[in-house]
Amino acid sequence: MQSIDLDHLVQPDRVHKSVYTDQQLFDLEMEHIFEKAWVYCGHDSQVKEVGDYFTMHIGRQPMVMVRDVDKSVKVLYNRCPHRGVELCGNQSGNTGKGFVCSYHAWSFHLNGKVKAIPLVKGYDGTRMTPDSPDCSMVAAARVESYRGFVFASLSKEGPGLVEFLGEAKVAFDDMCDRSPLGEVEAVPVCHRVVQHSNWKFFMENQLDSLHPSVTHQSTGVSARKVELRLKKEKGEAPLFFHYLSTFASSFDQWDSVQTVNFKYGHGILKAYMGLRPTDPDTVKYEALIKQAYGEEKGEEYLARSIHHVLIYPYLSVQSPLQQLRCLRPMAPNKTLSEIWHFRLKGVPEAIYERSLWYFNLVNSPATMINADDLENWTKAQLGLQSRGGEWVSFHRNYGGDTEKDGILYSNNGTSEVVMRNQFKAWDSYIRAAIQPSAKA
Amino acid sequence: MKTNEVKEALGTGVVIEGIQSMSGADSIEPDHMGRGRQPSQGYIPKAVKVDAALQRQVEEFLFHQAALLDTKAWGEFGKLFSDDGVYWMPSTPTQTDWRREPSIFAEDKLLMEVRMSRLLHPNAWSQAAHWGTNHMVGNIVIEAVSANTVEVYARFQMMEMRRDDIRHFAGSYRHTLVKQGSDLKIKLQRVDMTNGQAAYDYVLQAWV
Repeated sequence: MQSIDLDHLVQPDRVHKSVYTDQQLFDLEMEHIFEKAWVYCGHDSQVKEVGDYFTMHIGRQPMVMVRDVDKSVKVLYNRCPHRGVELCGNQSGNTGKGFVCSYHAWSFHLNGKVKAIPLVKGYDGTRMTPDSPDCSMVAAARVESYRGFVFASLSKEGPGLVEFLGEAKVAFDDMCDRSPLGEVEAVPVCHRVVQHSNWKFFMENQLDSLHPSVTHQSTGVSARKVELRLKKEKGEAPLFFHYLSTFASSFDQWDSVQTVNFKYGHGILKAYMGLRPTDPDTVKYEALIKQAYGEEKGEEYLARSIHHVLIYPYLSVQSPLQQLRCLRPMAPNKTLSEIWHFRLKGVPEAIYERSLWYFNLVNSPATMINADDLENWTKAQLGLQSRGGEWVSFHRNYGGDTEKDGILYSNNGTSEVVMRNQFKAWDSYIRAAIQPSAKA
Repeated sequence: MKTNEVKEALGTGVVIEGIQSMSGADSIEPDHMGRGRQPSQGYIPKAVKVDAALQRQVEEFLFHQAALLDTKAWGEFGKLFSDDGVYWMPSTPTQTDWRREPSIFAEDKLLMEVRMSRLLHPNAWSQAAHWGTNHMVGNIVIEAVSANTVEVYARFQMMEMRRDDIRHFAGSYRHTLVKQGSDLKIKLQRVDMTNGQAAYDYVLQAWV
């Protein structure tokens, strides 16, 4: 193992390119960030019935989230303790009253405890008798949920979920508060897209407000052309043309969209999404919200200025439109994203359709937006192989942000404070791993 | 002698019987069920008798559409659709309403215009990498013919080359064609891709 000089790799205004490419650093990230921090597993509504399961990776670990007979949600390592075979072989489904291994029929309760072992006498006198915990599936060290969103941590140590989420928990509040019942439900279509680039490019990109009008120019101006024509001909255009056309707004406009950056690398891109037109559906919907929460609270919920919330290091939540993308890193240069959207409970169908159209146009595998993001990140990963330079720069508006109570506020929306703050968190996770005396 | 012991051991085998009452797995988990086969959501087309000229016209139409995609003739591709035409790739084969369910593509002519215009824009960055497709269309079945419409089922294979990578997509087309004079136009093209819910290595930039 090569020694790692973190002071050299991560500087306040730039990072060394190897943080995106190096296998040893990737392994450290998996072990000490993803396999310790609270990682999103899925939404409660994905596993409604007893035995419903959903499989995902936490870091490098194949895991399964399952609804137990007592209706609680368990998160278990998806592994038979006998010979190590994966127990659930599909992304989602129902496993009945328990898990059964396809290799030798070891069976387990939904909480992971061993149920039966064939020819069990054969284990007499060994350390693998059914009363040994070694015969049961292993559970995640900690499982907690926040407003229906289920998280697990593979480490007994560390902050609780709410402390970890901090102010960024507004991602889930903003999503749920937009329902008069305070709840959302996952729409059971999960798109998965693989990017040929490091996971950090995705996280940086989500709050990078200088890129949209460059990267997404082609789609933004194409949508605006149709949007303007419709407005001229018919007086109005569907909201989803606006979703696309705003990507190509001016640099100045984007520079006025500020970011707020929290501990642990979380952050928010503030922007009003134009979701309060005065059409009859919206008027009816807003009345429902104010009826449920009162005038003042209702107005607060409807007026929240959020474009994206990031839960570092893997989650991007677009709460006003009920979208969520979750990263599952596979290799230094390969990252899977799971893409979900949610239905607000108790709202008119027209309000769901807003989030549906955003999901279809921006987040589906035929996205007219992310096509160019993924291309950028692929080229970034290729570019980092170059010896034409060693550093990745985060100098824009360096020193120009405002810090208050440990929270960093941009004064120019396009400030690279976003990346600087993410690397501050990255640095403290990795520093705690390689210099255990340093506090995370 | 070792050799003799092995010989003896090999001489005293058991004949494995067929299943008497229940299998070994059942004896452990009698109520074990529902973890294997996923029921097919597929669709079996039913052919109707049509005259050879119509069959030929429909086949030529589908082959022409594939050629327009493979030559990036987006403008001509769009013109194959009627003014109220829709291109729809649902997420799952059980979906029925292109406007109300999460889709991979859900595009009327206005949204198709946005996609076309994007693909032709000089700063469509993702279009800079070498990219090309090859579609094969076959198994063409005409399912219904009325005075104004023809319902057609077909299957496709598509190979895509991008940068140095090859991807492969396949599935079924269901076209609702409308007769406009001697021409056919697409009122609805439904594309059910067999690998529609697999993880995408990169995304789909153009219609399949």
